[in-house]
Amino acid sequence: MKRLVVLSGKGGTGKTTVAAALAQLAAGERRLVLVDADVDAANLGLLLDPREREVTDFVGAETAAIDAGACTACGLCAEACRFEAIAVSGGAYRVDPVACEGCRACLYVCPEAAIAMAPQLSGRRYRSDTRLGPLFHAHLLPGQENSGKLVTALRRDAEAWAERERPDVMLVDGPPGIGCPVIAAASGADLALLVTEPTPAAVHDFRRILGTLEHFGIPALACVNKADLNAERREEIRAECAARGVALLGDIPYDEAAVDAVRAGRPVTDAAAPRLAAALAGIWRALVPHLDA
Amino acid sequence: MILAVASGKGGTGKTSVAVSLALAAAGAGRPVRLLDCDVEAPNAALFLPVELTESRAAGLLVPEVDMAACTLCGRCAEVCAYGAISVAGKQVLLFSELCHGCGSCTRQCPAGAITERLRVIGSVEAGRAGAIEFAQGRLTLGEAMATPIISQLKAWRLAAPPETLVILDAPPGAACPVIETLRGADFVLLVTEPTPFGRHDLEQADRLAREILGLPAGVVVNRDLPGDDTVDAYCREADLPVLARIPLDRRVAEAYAAGRPLHDALPDGPDRFAALLARIEAAVTT
Repeated sequence: MKRLVVLSGKGGTGKTTVAAALAQLAAGERRLVLVDADVDAANLGLLLDPREREVTDFVGAETAAIDAGACTACGLCAEACRFEAIAVSGGAYRVDPVACEGCRACLYVCPEAAIAMAPQLSGRRYRSDTRLGPLFHAHLLPGQENSGKLVTALRRDAEAWAERERPDVMLVDGPPGIGCPVIAAASGADLALLVTEPTPAAVHDFRRILGTLEHFGIPALACVNKADLNAERREEIRAECAARGVALLGDIPYDEAAVDAVRAGRPVTDAAAPRLAAALAGIWRALVPHLDA
Repeated sequence: MILAVASGKGGTGKTSVAVSLALAAAGAGRPVRLLDCDVEAPNAALFLPVELTESRAAGLLVPEVDMAACTLCGRCAEVCAYGAISVAGKQVLLFSELCHGCGSCTRQCPAGAITERLRVIGSVEAGRAGAIEFAQGRLTLGEAMATPIISQLKAWRLAAPPETLVILDAPPGAACPVIETLRGADFVLLVTEPTPFGRHDLEQADRLAREILGLPAGVVVNRDLPGDDTVDAYCREADLPVLARIPLDRRVAEAYAAGRPLHDALPDGPDRFAALLARIEAAVTT
């Protein structure tokens, strides 16, 4: 099985649109398992009409809680906390569960043993069926820590399924950025497909995600969305790819039909978007030799 | 006033809106400071003539063990909630990339054998862009934790005179880096687009802002295109005010690709963003 992760650095460059279209094109030829690793903003399912098969609670971190009856308001806990998660109001100390990182520093310094840790439900993981193959996706409850851990748990679910069912390709729709959830989504990938745009911000972040992937030794491929918006920046991307040995698989034109496809809840390859469908088909053909290598 | 610009979904135009509001405020002669808190993908400086004049290393305090004093008792490993320190044979193993810098190992070591050093994971930088005071954080490539850099950026540059408008450009999503950015804000401006993606991710960000953090919020619908009511229906039902709409237009996309924020790309940009700022101020003061 080959593991392909779709990333971008900058958000909103079209990762999910590209991932859904490639899934559609790949599903005709290969057995797929799909993972939506953007657990903060899980959108791949919105294009694939998933039917839920299995739901698992995700308990990410513990948070501290102070027993007001036992607390003597000595303040040592607030002093020890480096995350500004313990506040005092009207002489009463309280933990802000949103700020608490579950480090237990407060628990260890409390002389009255008035602090206990409680597990916190951080989200849910799902296995769903789609017409293109099973989709492993998740919902991170807003404001929870540990989106990287949830991505890792989701990847593990998909790996366990793949171990039994032996699909040909695991396609992971990744999160934006370069930090913890991205590293969790990309770890163990054979290939990363980067979706960028010819804009200053997207090119800047394209360089950052390329550098991150080089750090972890994951080979990268690229495609350019809305490629016809700026010829100069398109050339800058080509030169960057050439300099770094990154294969540029193709261009996708600026086309408002992409909005219609998202609104219709379908991949662009399965909607009234002929220019986009043709562009994605070209990218898929260019991708195949890399997947088979 | 501290105004945070957030979104849930990436690429909805947060940075362009944040920069445009800063330009509108500066254009009206108002003191304004812009903090780019998207330390994984810091882009605000690309839209402004920023001159950075100060830079500091940013990071976490991680343990260092004096093996001459260590008794190999294992208390450090016992108290670490992240598995970042362990005792194996006659060695103490440190996994610094897992360390959150809570300080428990140092505090709890009975032999006093642990001290702390700064592990650099990025930087914070400050300067100006014309009349706009500017600061940003940058996470080093390959590092995982964005949140400590955001908190250091805010600790360094958030405090401002009351008449200064402070604008925080948040990262996408609804997890810890967004929380760290939004904490302490007076208002959260949520930038979305009128698609099922925009609506889904707007709800996540709205719940974080209003339900969990208890902050007032309003919406900018960017790349507005008739024909889909999902975002508007959500805003009506959730009683979330739509404060501005920016049309979907290839010319705006081309101007953005040429490095111009919405303030400069839209023909009536200065007026639009001055009006948006007035609406936000009205919402905060009522």
